[in-house]
Amino acid sequence: MKMIKKFQAPVGPISKIVGKSIVLIGDDIDTDRIIPARFLKCVNFDNLGQSVFEDDRKNLKGKHPFDLASNKGSSILIVNSNFGCGSSREHAPQALLRWGIRAIIGESFAEIFYCNCIAIGIPCFTLPKTLVKNIQENKNINNSLCEIDINKSTLKSTFFNFDLEIKISSKNMFLSGEWDATSTLLANKKLIEKKINDLPYTKFNQSNELFETI
Amino acid sequence: MSKDTLFDKVWDLHKVSSLPGGSDQIFIGLHLIHEVTSPQAFGALKDKSLKVKFPCRTVATVDHIVPTDNQSRPFKDNLAEQMIETLEKNCIEHKIRFFNIGSGNQGIVHVVAPELGLTQPGMTIACGDSHTSTHGAFGSIAFGIGTSQVRDVLATQTIAMNKLKVRQIWCENKLSNGVYAKDLVLHIINKLGVKAGVGFAYEFAGPAIDSLSMEERMTICNMSIEGGARCGYINPDEKTFSYIKNKLCAPKHENWDEALLWWKSLKSDANSIYDAVTKIDASKVEPTVTWGITPGQSVGINQKIPLLKELSPDDQFVAEEAFEYMGFKPGQSIKDTPIDVCFIGSCTNGRISDLRVAARVIKDKKVSQNIKAFVVPGSEKVAKEAKIEGLDKIFLDAGFQWREPGCSMCLAMNSDKLIGNQVSASSSNRNFKGRQGSPTGRTLLMSPAMVAAAAISGKVTDIRDFM
Repeated sequence: MKMIKKFQAPVGPISKIVGKSIVLIGDDIDTDRIIPARFLKCVNFDNLGQSVFEDDRKNLKGKHPFDLASNKGSSILIVNSNFGCGSSREHAPQALLRWGIRAIIGESFAEIFYCNCIAIGIPCFTLPKTLVKNIQENKNINNSLCEIDINKSTLKSTFFNFDLEIKISSKNMFLSGEWDATSTLLANKKLIEKKINDLPYTKFNQSNELFETI
Repeated sequence: MSKDTLFDKVWDLHKVSSLPGGSDQIFIGLHLIHEVTSPQAFGALKDKSLKVKFPCRTVATVDHIVPTDNQSRPFKDNLAEQMIETLEKNCIEHKIRFFNIGSGNQGIVHVVAPELGLTQPGMTIACGDSHTSTHGAFGSIAFGIGTSQVRDVLATQTIAMNKLKVRQIWCENKLSNGVYAKDLVLHIINKLGVKAGVGFAYEFAGPAIDSLSMEERMTICNMSIEGGARCGYINPDEKTFSYIKNKLCAPKHENWDEALLWWKSLKSDANSIYDAVTKIDASKVEPTVTWGITPGQSVGINQKIPLLKELSPDDQFVAEEAFEYMGFKPGQSIKDTPIDVCFIGSCTNGRISDLRVAARVIKDKKVSQNIKAFVVPGSEKVAKEAKIEGLDKIFLDAGFQWREPGCSMCLAMNSDKLIGNQVSASSSNRNFKGRQGSPTGRTLLMSPAMVAAAAISGKVTDIRDFM
């Protein structure tokens, strides 16, 4: 019987990620490709992991990086530029997370995809184009564990060492565990209630039945 | 750093706090939800034992998964039925206003909110959908969010976000005859590229933008995200105010005067500072068609598809991938490309003015043999208005199918899909690989008028030859 490892979502402060790298080459890889729309017909994210890159994988008949035996168990995804562009579907990073991805390093990321990754505990780091290429072309990539230190923003392995870039706000959120933002936001309950009363349009939309509680 | 732009003003007004990590906590004035990206957010609320903080600030409709042929319940597709049922249940439980099928106000969320007057200048608007940028046409600051942020808005009416930079895109002169807002925005994305907008809000301004109708402005802002900009906006003016006036949720009586006074004060100052400025000559834009797999890969109808060496080294890799997928050759003409399917609809171009333009093109003509052509109105209101004007008859007489409102083949979550490697002429917003429901399907994005012309001639055609 096939053993399925139980999915464990990231939780709390994240300061280190250790794992094998998986290289995915291509610019402007959109979220429709990461998870095609037909898999969005679901009311939870539980079964998305197996469908990540479904159409690209079928097309490559076993040769897609997410199907190669050498990439099995990898957790650090190395991508090129504008990764995750297009649709805002959080299903895309959720599918990557459920496949096993715990960090992404690339030349650049699409805005909403980046925010979604942060919100579910996947740190995204940037590196200049040439250095990304350097990692992607490294023949020993499958033979060594990589270690990402979020505080120092470094990537270390037997074969290479790089300084990574990460937005300071994202870095702070991972180190403190506040990347799961709800409780941090809720802590300002009083300020939120003051804000809604201070906004000019709250007043002139007051008589509007749609803005009244039903 | 930008200063005194509309974006800066609205951002500052909605800022609740500076968060310890360094991002801002931003209040969301209007939250729109639909069936695809909200169920997991409601699930997360339940897991955390949280309630919806301000239920009256969230409005729901159903659009992505609805069938456009037979909308009777239960839907034939069990998963689609489960999704609409989940949304119905969540809205009842959390007391959220829901515009369901048959309410007269159901439709694509970005069509519905403006036509209800919910979308207003100076608001922050968020929705779990990347095309939320559409609402920026009214001078609101609107952006797409993921499901975790949907959860945060439901629980707190706020999100954590880093302030965006602002790029002004100044559009000089006017669009020429037969050239539409869709052509202009495709042209802008082609010039700037699909990643130039990352980290930016786009302010569209200048004489060409001023002369556009509100619906055309929505088309422009809608596609900001295709240029990488999460948010796109236009400073509000008299056209904005008169569009909102008398809409169901518009401020009424003395509230209207108060609203108007505030809205008029809302625009980028004459001496505001931008992080970047780009100038576009709108008079030079031709009817524009995409040839590739990103919305940036487009050409004017009379131009040739570029040679690899004509592209910047950064764009060549994706271009090669596009040539392989689409079957086009570098240097080939886009004109006369045979079409299999014609789709008019979506949050980009599924409004009444889009339908009017397309109907004018096809009136007294017939859809070319072997072409499947269909119209999906953006909302129940659009459908109703079109029927009053007799547009449905014009489409049906020409051989188009007339469907019920929804997102339909823009993303093909219902049964409207391309088959095999069919080529579609589509008024939607994305030509990604597999976007329209077939892993090998090919999408050519263009204006509704150009889709209509393609339906008649069976191939990519210059709309100006029809006029």
